[in-house]
Amino acid sequence: MVDKLLEVKNLRVELQTKDGVVPVIDDLSFDLDYGESLSFVGESGCGKSMTALALMGLLPEKVGRIASGSIKFEGRQLANASSEDLRKIRGNEISMIFQEPMTSLNPVLSVGEQISEVLRLHQKMSVNSAWKRAEDLLDAVNIPDPKRRVHDYPFQMSGGQRQRVMIAMALACEPKILIADEPTTALDVTVQAQIFGLLKDLQTKTGTSIILITHDMGAVAQMARKMIVMYAGRPCEIGEVAQVIKTPQHPYTTGLISCVPHLDDAIIDANNRLSEIPGIVPSLREFGSNKCLFASRCKHQMEQCRAERPVLAQFSNKQAFACWKREIIDAG
Amino acid sequence: MKTFGLIVNRLVYAFVLLFAVLVLNFTLMHMAPGDVADTISQSMGGADEELLIEIRKDYGLDQPYYQQLVTYIGKVLRFDLGHSFFFNEPVSKLVLERVPATLLLVITAQILALLLGVVLGVYSARKPNGILSHFVTLFALFGYSAPVFWTGILLLIAFSLQIPLFPVAGMRDVTIEGNFWVHAIDVMKHMVLPVLTLASIFLALYSRLARATMIETLGTDFVRTARAKGLPERQVVYKHALRNSLSPVVTLAGLQFSAVVSGAVLVEAVFSWPGLGTLAFQSIIARDTPTILGILFFSALVVIIGNLLTDLALRFVDPRVGASK
Repeated sequence: MVDKLLEVKNLRVELQTKDGVVPVIDDLSFDLDYGESLSFVGESGCGKSMTALALMGLLPEKVGRIASGSIKFEGRQLANASSEDLRKIRGNEISMIFQEPMTSLNPVLSVGEQISEVLRLHQKMSVNSAWKRAEDLLDAVNIPDPKRRVHDYPFQMSGGQRQRVMIAMALACEPKILIADEPTTALDVTVQAQIFGLLKDLQTKTGTSIILITHDMGAVAQMARKMIVMYAGRPCEIGEVAQVIKTPQHPYTTGLISCVPHLDDAIIDANNRLSEIPGIVPSLREFGSNKCLFASRCKHQMEQCRAERPVLAQFSNKQAFACWKREIIDAG
Repeated sequence: MKTFGLIVNRLVYAFVLLFAVLVLNFTLMHMAPGDVADTISQSMGGADEELLIEIRKDYGLDQPYYQQLVTYIGKVLRFDLGHSFFFNEPVSKLVLERVPATLLLVITAQILALLLGVVLGVYSARKPNGILSHFVTLFALFGYSAPVFWTGILLLIAFSLQIPLFPVAGMRDVTIEGNFWVHAIDVMKHMVLPVLTLASIFLALYSRLARATMIETLGTDFVRTARAKGLPERQVVYKHALRNSLSPVVTLAGLQFSAVVSGAVLVEAVFSWPGLGTLAFQSIIARDTPTILGILFFSALVVIIGNLLTDLALRFVDPRVGASK
């Protein structure tokens, strides 16, 4: 049997806090194929970024750890790999771009140095050929005049350009997986569209798989084929993007989708208020308790929701959700 | 080109500044009570009013203030710092004779403190709750709060008297004969204690600052990026984080240049180190105005050169400095 590109099974990540050990990722399973794109969606603090850090082996030292479960990358177990093995995979076979392009590049090194450094490290390229390749990469991410700009420092570039440099850096070694953690949150809307366009372009060219972490439903619809909705460290709905957006099953997913304003709504009904999900995310202390963590904010809550954690159950062949209310909930 | 412009710009400022320092120093010294005539009369066991006037006339001290000032500045412009009343030698010769000893002491102490301070700071920043980190904090606090002369005397008692490892005072042993290396080793032996004493203040400052800035830098986004690239920890710390933490340390080191004279005075006095500090001490006691002025002028010069070097070093460390117009 051919190994999957990435296979995550029953992953549990725990953080050490003042109030004790908290499971910030609680029983997460998913897999990713070559060239596929997957999206994690959810509010702040739902465990999206922690998932990315766990995959990269970059959980905060001494505070976070993978408590159980497995992360298999092309058959190799990453969950308890040595830091040296993980280091060789990071930036090479799995790489990552971050939310803050303004601060994610080293201010005192030229962008050429920051890109070619990865190539020298992982591909054992010479100084000259790595530099040449850095120029090509800047060209590939549509930075004009790459031969000159490669000598620039980050402070000489705009936010969008810096994020392009981050992308060039992340794709330098042609990784099999690119993790993009809210790559456009800090950028304005027109630049967002450009960055997503660029990512899609590069994906078709290089065949890399993308894991997109976002809270922006629009970005998900544009970028990903599969999506996982996370709430309080738990997956609450998994499925094909088109299907989930059309027929969301979990009340939280329904809520998230109805929060997105529609252009025609506003025209038809001027008084139509933007909907929101009432309440707030539960505190870390409640994480891991045996109940539905969304129950307190859910209009469909029942006795059972507060007594037992709902299991993730298959709904149709490609959609699964974790809710006790099994019959189809109509969107209203 | 930008760097060249900076140097020219700074030299112009330096000239203006030196002039101001000269006028200010001279005025302050003129206002201070007592002059060389008092010292001479004291050493003679007292003199009458007539003799004092005679002495003042000899040294040109009877002339009005502005005339003395103009004469002095005119001399300085011709690189003449005047003649020492007390040592009976040209001031420039006196100062230049003492400069190498002081520079040797201060620069060695500075470099030692800078290297050790940064290494200790980085090390303790990586393990902020480790034993070494607490030790560095404690040591820094001690080094910073203990007066230098006290540290110096303690070191003397410990390593010159109780355990006679190092000589008690001076810079060289006149009884030793031999080639250059024999003398060099002799000077080094004499240097150990004064350098350690002087370095202890600087070390305290640098290690605290390096620790604080490193802790901050290690938490930044670009350090996370460096880790995400799969760089070995050594490169993450020394290539990516350290260079970003150096600016404050370099700035502080530049400011400490002014301690060339001030900090060294006490240390030189404790160890009878034949440098500028000892000279300053002696000339102040003797009210030897030209020598004091000469030393002040020279220390202003050192501070200005130090600041210029700091500016250049900062440009080297951080490309953002001077880039924005």
